[in-house]
Amino acid sequence: MSVTNLLENWSKVRQAHPVGDAPHAEYKWAMAIDLDACSGCNACSVACYAENNLPVVGKDKYGHGQAMHWMRIERYWDEDGRETPNQGAQFLPMMCQQCEAAPCETVCPVGATNHTADGLNSQVYNRCIGSRYCSANCPYKVRYFNWWDYPTTDNVWPAEMTQQLNPDVTVRGKGVMEKCTFCVQRTYAAKNTARNEGRLVRDGEVQTACQQACPTNAISFGNMADAESKVAKQWEKQKVELAEEEQNKDNQVEPSALRGYRIFEELRPYPSVMYLERVRESAV
Amino acid sequence: MEKDIRENISWAQINQDVLKSLENPRRMYWVILLVAVCVFGVGVGCEVYQYNVGLGVANLDNPHVWGLYIATFIFWIGMSHSGTLLSAILHLMHADWRKPIYRFAEAMTTFSLMTAGLFVMVHLGRLWQFYYAVPYPNDRWTWPNFQSPLLWDAMAIFTYLSSSVIFLFIGMIPDLAICRDHLQPGWRKKLYTVLALGWEGTDRQWRNFRVTYLTVACFLIPLAVSVHSIVASDFAMSQQPGWHVTSFPPYFVAGALYSGCAAIITLFIILRYVFKFEEYMTLPILKKTVRLTFAIAMVWTYLNCIEFASVWYSHDQASKDVLIQKATGPYAPFWWAMIFCGSVVPFVMMFKRFQTNIPVMFAVSILLNLGMWLERWMIVSPTFSHGYYPWTWDHDQWPSLVQWGIVFGSFGWFTLLFMIFCKVFPSVSMYEVKEMVYHRSMASKHDELAEKGAH
Repeated sequence: MSVTNLLENWSKVRQAHPVGDAPHAEYKWAMAIDLDACSGCNACSVACYAENNLPVVGKDKYGHGQAMHWMRIERYWDEDGRETPNQGAQFLPMMCQQCEAAPCETVCPVGATNHTADGLNSQVYNRCIGSRYCSANCPYKVRYFNWWDYPTTDNVWPAEMTQQLNPDVTVRGKGVMEKCTFCVQRTYAAKNTARNEGRLVRDGEVQTACQQACPTNAISFGNMADAESKVAKQWEKQKVELAEEEQNKDNQVEPSALRGYRIFEELRPYPSVMYLERVRESAV
Repeated sequence: MEKDIRENISWAQINQDVLKSLENPRRMYWVILLVAVCVFGVGVGCEVYQYNVGLGVANLDNPHVWGLYIATFIFWIGMSHSGTLLSAILHLMHADWRKPIYRFAEAMTTFSLMTAGLFVMVHLGRLWQFYYAVPYPNDRWTWPNFQSPLLWDAMAIFTYLSSSVIFLFIGMIPDLAICRDHLQPGWRKKLYTVLALGWEGTDRQWRNFRVTYLTVACFLIPLAVSVHSIVASDFAMSQQPGWHVTSFPPYFVAGALYSGCAAIITLFIILRYVFKFEEYMTLPILKKTVRLTFAIAMVWTYLNCIEFASVWYSHDQASKDVLIQKATGPYAPFWWAMIFCGSVVPFVMMFKRFQTNIPVMFAVSILLNLGMWLERWMIVSPTFSHGYYPWTWDHDQWPSLVQWGIVFGSFGWFTLLFMIFCKVFPSVSMYEVKEMVYHRSMASKHDELAEKGAH
């Protein structure tokens, strides 16, 4: 068990992604992240803090593991005995994978986390009682619990920053769980506009904050139910939906050139985020 | 060895001895009560602080979202099981040695369940909204999530708790009538008059009583098994390495009976001294309880081995890593202490010399329960610090004093409830001890007659 499980070991169990069923007839939000393009600059994480009113907990609480970064950039290093260990860093942006069969949803005692018709894993803050079972059962550990009563216990948004808080996003209270929403306030605004105009959301009409901030365009986001969207094409091209035997790199003489994979597919949560394997050498 | 219950002890003597426990215990009783209040106060203080400031004061962190509260919750749920074992299962098996000690064991069941329920509350992020997890009728038609093992937990615990209270009460009715008839007028007499439900000891009442008692006993046994199986499901139904183990339900039930029996030995020794029950809580009874505990200890050890083996020989590398981490990582001292206290210490119980040695058994029973508490902690915590996701591996997580304080306080709360119960209600079942004495004297008379050849 190591970082290889996250970055390479992707084709062990391949299952068809349950799209095209009735609830997702119009929308199925999905993402593709190109790890080859990711430079680990953390702009996505900062954008997420700004967009979603995440509390900036400070060094102490960060050290205690109580940070609230919905979008985090993980760093891993090659352990091949190179002279400068800081060389060869690999980055992995990680946020809620909006699983289709989410392990967090079934275990919530009060049904505070549910699957929406547009393919999101929603979190109902008002319903949450803070049993934290969802986080315990999340394979990606992307759920963040409000350990403190922000902003009363801590000055997480200094006075000069209050003007930048997003009025479209609620501030979560003490004792509830929260996580990445795929910028649900943005997708809902776009869906409402489109519905008023009697159409569906066009590809590129809505961007998540992380996608918008990414300088290398590593993140693409869109509606998988729309076959013409960039995300749907990427998923199609990488054949993430294919059966295991067609994807299995290990059994082929010529390794497959396909790069797409989803993390922890062997646990079968059917995540909605596809990662594209790195191609370049890790040594910079 | 000390003698068993005397066969020629008169029924009035039994009444008198047991009723004395309601009035003048040894001074040690008040010392224990005072200590319990202080310990409970520490827990209350910690909880008030945590309630006001937020769960952050417990020093849990984001991957490591569960800690001592869940571990101690399982511990108290587990402790409740042996009361049912003694009072219901052994009742069906006609083991008459249980009679002088089942009442306090059943009380232990009730109070440890109440303590466990508190931990669910303490654990919640928004405990003022705990009722969301209960299926109560409401205008919005929002219901809890029936898929969630936590909901099963809530329902199983409520059912078990209410049934245990009913069982405890029903079993006490004839004794409450004795109390009613023998005590001086006062609030107690009024209380017993109401609770005794007009018991007169007529044949018809005895018949109904037996049938009711047996029915509730039969109802309670599957409940006891299901409660801890469901607590095990909290873990077994999840996907996490170290938790996703098929054998968890029987393993949890065995562990529960184990820690419960150990607690019975501890309380046996305390009650015997504090309430001067030497005549009734005799050493042969202690010996039988100790033997039972030893047998369960071996079952638990066996199930532990099964769990380790099935993880070790599986191809689930993540679970294997969690197991290796338990044995060699930062939790290793506690994990090995658990193995030592749970599987090595009970071998002391094998020796006849120690089976009736009160100081030794007192120490052993406390060590066993320490081991069982560590077991629950070792189930909950290592999975968080070494689960599937390497980025969140965090080996430095250590519970804060607030967490320890609340765990500590729960022992005060339990002791307080238990000690008050034993002072207000007869903690030895008078009518069943009389039955026991009667049967034994009949048997010895029969033997005497047989010797004389007068069949």
